[in-house]
Amino acid sequence: MNTLDTSGWERPFSRAMQPDGRPAVIDAYVAAGGYEGLGRALRELQPPEVTQAVTDSGLRGRGGAGYGTGRKWSTMPLGPGAPHPKYIVCNGDEMEPGSFKDRYLLERNPHLLVEGMLLAGYATEADAGYVFLRAQYDRPRANVERALAEAHERGFLGTDILGSGFSFNVQVHESIGRYICGEASAMLNALEGQRPNPRARPPHMTGAGLYARPTVVNNVETICAVPSIVRNGAGWWHSLTESPEGGTKIYGVAGRVKRPGCVELPVGTSMRELIEDHAGGMLPGYALRAVSPGGASTAFVPADGIDVALDFDSMEKALSRLGTGTLVLLDDQTCPLGMMLNLLQFFAQESCGWCTPCREGLQWAASLVEGIEAGRGRPGDLELLADQVWFMGSDKTFCDLAPGAMQPLESALRLFHDDFERHIEDGKCPYPRSGSDAPAMRGTLW
Amino acid sequence: MSLSDDEIRQLDGILGHYPDRRAAAATAMRIVQARRRWLSDEALADLGAYLSMSVEELDSLATFANMVFRKPVGRHIVLVCDSFACWSLGYAELRAAVEAQLGVGMGQTTPDERFTLLPIVCLGACDRGPALMVDADLHGPLTPVDVTGILEAYR
Repeated sequence: MNTLDTSGWERPFSRAMQPDGRPAVIDAYVAAGGYEGLGRALRELQPPEVTQAVTDSGLRGRGGAGYGTGRKWSTMPLGPGAPHPKYIVCNGDEMEPGSFKDRYLLERNPHLLVEGMLLAGYATEADAGYVFLRAQYDRPRANVERALAEAHERGFLGTDILGSGFSFNVQVHESIGRYICGEASAMLNALEGQRPNPRARPPHMTGAGLYARPTVVNNVETICAVPSIVRNGAGWWHSLTESPEGGTKIYGVAGRVKRPGCVELPVGTSMRELIEDHAGGMLPGYALRAVSPGGASTAFVPADGIDVALDFDSMEKALSRLGTGTLVLLDDQTCPLGMMLNLLQFFAQESCGWCTPCREGLQWAASLVEGIEAGRGRPGDLELLADQVWFMGSDKTFCDLAPGAMQPLESALRLFHDDFERHIEDGKCPYPRSGSDAPAMRGTLW
Repeated sequence: MSLSDDEIRQLDGILGHYPDRRAAAATAMRIVQARRRWLSDEALADLGAYLSMSVEELDSLATFANMVFRKPVGRHIVLVCDSFACWSLGYAELRAAVEAQLGVGMGQTTPDERFTLLPIVCLGACDRGPALMVDADLHGPLTPVDVTGILEAYR
């Protein structure tokens, strides 16, 4: 069915991006084939066919959870009996330390998000969309708001879009802060003006989400993948990579490498290729110790484990997760316990306080690691930390915040066991970059 | 009533974007804070009345959020990223340079009310670490010697 010329579409996320890093305005976006996916959907495809194309593409949630996007959309009630209004919420909270790809997309290619929101709205017969952006994303917000205004002007957004009878509007919401707002159900509470604690599930949000109406919540990059899939078809998406998961992805590298940054590559590119070729390898004088592959809630991968494909299934086999696919590197002169402590302090600070294991346990875990790093470790501390990994593991807490914090901790106890032992035995940290320069403000009311 | 006519005009302007008044609470607090820098008890009470929320409900949002200020702050907000990426790339040195330049520590405001210094969860700029923001401007990667020049631009 796909007879379109798709040459030059090898990098669908970056296609319209400008070399100077400024946002692609609507003329540049349209010249690069933008809004052709929307046009095709409105002319040729019924809403369930759009969802089917996304399902066939194998697209999985790029916020890090990896849930099938088409599968999520297909649980939205359709047809005349469905409750309205229905909503599309784009999760642009991007507050998990070590995640920096959504900023890259929002700053450089905001129309991709607008077109993706429209297609998600069309596929699920939704009435309105919200783009939930974290505080501090001032430039991304300005770009998205400009893109929305441009799209409105050209008739891509609003009432009776392109004469199809489909109407859809998108509103940008700027968060007033806190990491927990990135948890999808907490985000809906934030949008309603409620305190952003996560909600109990079931019900699933596609049944009862924002204002108890059917709601899809998708990450920025997930939504940005949709326009090219709808334009070019699922078969084309799979042709971009040898990974069974299909398509391309925005990867990133941060740490002591020669060329830190973001880059679009086929899904399943190896971690080694990303670090050594695209990021230029380590800076002179530094060696790679381990990799945090996709945000603070992903388990460390050791330096000898980087010959792994960066897709969801391969990363699980490597005892970690793809997460956001933006790597943060631990070098050999930075204390792994210091890094782990920083992560635990973050999670302890950002616990919403709703459930006991998370509220109390994360503080306790952080204080144990802080003691070991400061030379006050005691025999038995490591067993206690291992117990906490179990106590705060999956399904023992109200949401995934504490289990997410336990993933790097579990891997740190496994990969850096000798470092933990040495800190306890020697009563001090042996690394040049060490310690908990813990912000004095943690936990202070502002 | 401490809300000015102009503030009420702005607040009225955003209500249409939300299904009910309560949903506008976050944006409403931003609007009022933009002019006054922070939300006093009086401002919060007036805003609660405007939004048909009790002051306790609104304050539970205000104090949960890290970008709503319930204490006076300076004209410019300096946010130093303390994520593990920035930490590994020189956060401690950058923070020390900012504190030395401003003469205040985290959570404090300079006596001339020019700057308030605060920590911030990852700015999503790990590839530009160590990074900080002043108001809406992202700066990074930075070394301690860059700090003076950057802060000078904000009067």
